[in-house]
Amino acid sequence: MTTAQTLITLGLIAAATALTRFLPFWVFPEGRQPPAWVARLGRVLPAAVIGMLVVYCLKDAPASAWHGLPELVAIGFIVLLHRWKKNTLLSIGGGTALYMLLVQTVLR
Amino acid sequence: MKTQALRAALPHTLPVLVGFLVLGASYGFLMQSQGLAFLYTLLSSLFIFAGSMQFVSVGLLLAGFEPLHVFLLTLMINARHLFYGLALLEKYRGLGWKKPYLIFGLCDETFSIHCAVDPPPGVDKGWFYFFITLLDQSYWVAGSVVGALLGQLLPMDTTGLEFVMTALFVVIFLNQWDQQTDHRPALIGAGCALACLALFGSEHFLLPAMGLMVLCLAPARPKTEKEAHTP
Repeated sequence: MTTAQTLITLGLIAAATALTRFLPFWVFPEGRQPPAWVARLGRVLPAAVIGMLVVYCLKDAPASAWHGLPELVAIGFIVLLHRWKKNTLLSIGGGTALYMLLVQTVLR
Repeated sequence: MKTQALRAALPHTLPVLVGFLVLGASYGFLMQSQGLAFLYTLLSSLFIFAGSMQFVSVGLLLAGFEPLHVFLLTLMINARHLFYGLALLEKYRGLGWKKPYLIFGLCDETFSIHCAVDPPPGVDKGWFYFFITLLDQSYWVAGSVVGALLGQLLPMDTTGLEFVMTALFVVIFLNQWDQQTDHRPALIGAGCALACLALFGSEHFLLPAMGLMVLCLAPARPKTEKEAHTP
């Protein structure tokens, strides 16, 4: 991407992000109640989007040199570590460190 | 009035301080390690200020120029903000010039504080919420700047560092899984993405996946329907 294209991309991300934040306040200015289906989608969408993003992160893993083996090992480790310590930052840090160790040494 | 509000707000933001410095630093470090300029990191943290999306943006910035795809993907990933806003319609009313900044800076962590905490007696509500939002964003900007600088100063083998994004989403997934009794939304999200990945390939699967996901979720009735009206 050129510098201009990069800045446009960042601008679009900023605009779309701001839109998601400001829209409810524009649509319901004076305490008008949102309809039930909006509230319902609001409760289920966050979990679904995270499920989608996990898959998105792993989209290129099956085609890589080890067909996703380091990803599988690291995610297994994260699940165990998180079940054990319940510490978000520790789980992220530990999982990333293990993955980096794997792809830089044994599973190159 | 201001110092009093700042003093009341600060303790509530300390857990966010740790989290945002670490995650912000990994974001800044990742941007730097992928060869993306320091200025982009700074602009993103100032004007996008949405952690998950900023991590996803690293990949988008390295790929080809696809404005529509980027715009729709951002709407989808940040759609949860719509519901944060709905929950805070009442709390943010009548806060004057501070209100637009409170809305602009509404991230997951700030939302959880604003939802759970009311200003102590005698403390101005507007300034109290304003400082929580401002402090949280400062931590994020500071973290990402420090990370990007470290990335320039420490020449290390960063192969595999991009996995920090996967780890982040896996952990959020686990946390949400434990909080929710109804696991269908999480499974539908992952399932739709997997199905579309198999059908359309890794380059073009996100848009169909998002469409399919909304189609599957819109008619689904969550088990917690009865509790629906307490935001």
